[in-house]
Amino acid sequence: MTAIAKESPSRPDLRALFLGFSSVGLSGFGGVLPFARRMLVEERQWMSAEEFNAQLGLCQFLPGPNVVNLAVLVGKRYQGLRGAVVAPVGLLAGPILVVLMLAMLYDHYGSLPLAQGMLRGIAAVGCGLLFAMAWRMGMALKDKPIFLPFTALTVTAIAFLRWPMPLVMVAGLILSGGIAYWRLGQK
Amino acid sequence: MIVLDLFLEFALLSFLAFGGATALLPEMHRVVVENHHWLDDTTFTHLYAIAQAAPGPNVLVVTLIGWKIAGLAGALAATLAMCLPMSVMIYLLIDRWESFAGKRWQKAISLGVAPLAVGLIFSGATLIARSAELGWPAWLLVALTVLANLRTKWHPLWFIAVGAGLGLLGLV
Repeated sequence: MTAIAKESPSRPDLRALFLGFSSVGLSGFGGVLPFARRMLVEERQWMSAEEFNAQLGLCQFLPGPNVVNLAVLVGKRYQGLRGAVVAPVGLLAGPILVVLMLAMLYDHYGSLPLAQGMLRGIAAVGCGLLFAMAWRMGMALKDKPIFLPFTALTVTAIAFLRWPMPLVMVAGLILSGGIAYWRLGQK
Repeated sequence: MIVLDLFLEFALLSFLAFGGATALLPEMHRVVVENHHWLDDTTFTHLYAIAQAAPGPNVLVVTLIGWKIAGLAGALAATLAMCLPMSVMIYLLIDRWESFAGKRWQKAISLGVAPLAVGLIFSGATLIARSAELGWPAWLLVALTVLANLRTKWHPLWFIAVGAGLGLLGLV
């Protein structure tokens, strides 16, 4: 144990980043962010809970898969550019191998009625899990009377009218973000 | 060149992925099924189901779509397209995040985009329901899943297993 190692006992090298994020990627079903938090903050203690929340802030502010963005940030923080490449690759490599194996099974057996039935059942459950996720996210919104109508407008435009998403998002963000900006000025 | 098309289409979509790849389901369906006819409705639903049953981040549904359209090159191109643009962005922005976190415009965007993300996820759910052409027993399963998921802390894998079992028995 050198003095430097004592000062930063949990500074991960590239190998640790790869393995740490691999374990996160392979352990989560239906969203792995909670697993990332557990690995980073509790198990390996690469960062404190406050640091985690601060880093997550930018990941959630920008679009894209949050947990991939988080891996990039953590990788960069400890090993610079190489870390920023290795951490997300670690996160995704294992799960990609698994889904590709499943995809090959699907290519061979996907047309069998049993497989079709099973996938239908999973799709129905998956659909329910999505509705539940939307419900939870909706209930967590601030100022619901003002912002929930924008949820309804988005659903109408995307799910029922089938308008193109770029248009809907830009228009929606101008209106909804505009109102949020105005209200922030009122307080 | 289909792999390049796939990459460009998905890279463009990645800029709109507020709420993650799940929020992009409706638009991916439009691009892949309706515009390019690369996949049909049933295959799209099946790929979503496989991604649900596998471990890993939600973005992997994109990998599967890429695989089915253009094999290994397609899988890698689609995944990279979905992750790379924002990864580069976040790599460059993190050092300045402190300076704009909490600014009025930053908070306004976060507040403003949240209800839209909820709408996108909800739309994704309706899209899967529609593409799968669910009958009433399946809708019952959907409703029970929503209730059980909101009221209990059961692991999502149990839900997947029940769905797979009922599907195998031909009940949904």
